Amino acid sequence: MRLRHVWQYTLGLVAAASVVACGGGGQSTSEKPSSPSAAPAGQKVDTATAGSVTGMAMIEGMAPANEAIKMNADPVCIKENKGPQLQETYVVGSGGELGNVFVYVKDGLGNYVFDTPTEPLTLDQKGCRYHPHVFGVRVNQPIQIVNSDPTLHNIHALPKANQEFNNGQPIQGMKMTHTFTAKEVMLPFKCDVHGWMNAYVGVLDHPYFAVTGTDGKFELKSLPPGTYTIEAWHEKLGAATEKVTLAEKETKDVMFHFKAPGTATD
Amino acid sequence: MHLFARFVVACTVVLVLAGSLVTSTGSGLAVPDWPTSYGWSMFTFPPAMWVGGIFYEHGHRLIASTVGFLTIVLAVWLWLADPRRWMKRLGAIALGVVILQGVLGGLTVLFFLPTSISTAHAGLAELFFCITVAIAVFSSPGWLRGVARVDDAALRRAALATTILIFGQILVGATMRHSDAGLAIPDFPLMFGGIIPDHWDSKIAVHFAHRVGALVVTLAILGSAARVWSRHRRQRELTGPATLLATLVAVQIVLGAFTVWSRCAVWINSAHVVCGALVLATSLVLTLRSWRVRFADGTVRLEPDTTPDVRTVRLRPDTTSDVRSVRLPPSREASADQRAGA
Repeated sequence: MRLRHVWQYTLGLVAAASVVACGGGGQSTSEKPSSPSAAPAGQKVDTATAGSVTGMAMIEGMAPANEAIKMNADPVCIKENKGPQLQETYVVGSGGELGNVFVYVKDGLGNYVFDTPTEPLTLDQKGCRYHPHVFGVRVNQPIQIVNSDPTLHNIHALPKANQEFNNGQPIQGMKMTHTFTAKEVMLPFKCDVHGWMNAYVGVLDHPYFAVTGTDGKFELKSLPPGTYTIEAWHEKLGAATEKVTLAEKETKDVMFHFKAPGTATD
Repeated sequence: MHLFARFVVACTVVLVLAGSLVTSTGSGLAVPDWPTSYGWSMFTFPPAMWVGGIFYEHGHRLIASTVGFLTIVLAVWLWLADPRRWMKRLGAIALGVVILQGVLGGLTVLFFLPTSISTAHAGLAELFFCITVAIAVFSSPGWLRGVARVDDAALRRAALATTILIFGQILVGATMRHSDAGLAIPDFPLMFGGIIPDHWDSKIAVHFAHRVGALVVTLAILGSAARVWSRHRRQRELTGPATLLATLVAVQIVLGAFTVWSRCAVWINSAHVVCGALVLATSLVLTLRSWRVRFADGTVRLEPDTTPDVRTVRLRPDTTSDVRSVRLPPSREASADQRAGA
């Protein structure tokens, strides 16, 4: 009797899973764009009056050492990378400038509308790492994912607002294109073959985003006058926000300070 | 056949280990397609490509296929050679379960490891393991001879309850494992520095339930074992699994502690999963043997029983009787056997 209940439970789970996943289990390489031609009514940015926000991301205190990567699970990865390999979590300049920080306008754009770029961004798997590690893309803008390595990778996106996918690229030079259809900051990628490989993409419906380099600097150009919430996101240190009000043709400078883990808070 | 059944059991233990390594290394989606592997047939996928997480996931699939094949052989063998109708059915059930298990494994890959399917996959693995263990027990010479026919209702209830509790505990553990709650409570034996957690969410609740479950299961095992040791000390068929069960649960608790202390180190975590399966299997053996008296033998021809029906007792020479041995009447247990056999 109990065995029968277990059977029923198991079969029920299978049936439920089948219903939930109906039509979604394939290896499709892209989601269908949500009617890009039907642009909502709204105002276009007047570049003649636009300003910009510049700034820098800094880390206060000593940044933790990046985790060492053991690539011995794949001889090809060892061959492609000479010497000790580290994660790219903390990219820090000599003065505490923090790289790989995604900075974007979180709020304040109102009804402005923007054309969606049609040229694809490239996410490359090279040297058993993702290039770039942190980047931004527009909603409905294609991302071309390339395997430049002479080994296999699986590209596994783990979104919350978009559709998850996991595709294999066993042959060097393989490409696939994917388009995200909903805003999402941040959306992680991982390779389940090489557990250390990870990347993050911010998917936005506007062009006001940037990723800080090793100098910690960023610039958001062509912002129309208004009051904005600017957010800076780091994969380990979390997010920080600042309010900025821009007048016509004005440039404002914003600093983001992240506290290093273990640093005493006020 | 018994030896072959034991071989299937051993292979299933290896399969459980391989499955636990897949989860412990986070390799569940290293091969994104199923039943193919990166477009190749599972059996022609080049070994040179078994790198990183693929080694664990693809290895798990190949071992599972081997166990599936062995189960087909076992089921056919039972169907052709075992006179007991229910054993034929058990073989067929084992085959059905292993097929369903394979399908669940495929579904969990195609749907990106949802907790419900992954947990069902883990739970069904334990059920399949139990079926193979049961087949090995039912085909053993000891079972066919009818040894350990102890008629102890309290032991039967305790052993059965213990086995069910262990299975439930494994399901909670699988839920914890597949919902990334293995370190939801990061310290042991305390919980966030106290006896119970000072804050809660769903992961902490599952983790807490697994710890409470461990306590309950340990008490149940000790209760069953104590019953065996106190009432059936001379029944090695019962004391063996009872002692092994108590030992395994002690090992399991230590492994559980080290799983937390080591921050879910791959091999410790996997050993914890395998040891849990062994605890379940041992409890099942004890349960089946305690229920042996209730199994009718009407359809099976028992092998010649080497155990005499009478007990021989040597008397001291200074007795007044010339008789040096006395035939005692059949014991109460033997009478119960006869009733069951009838």
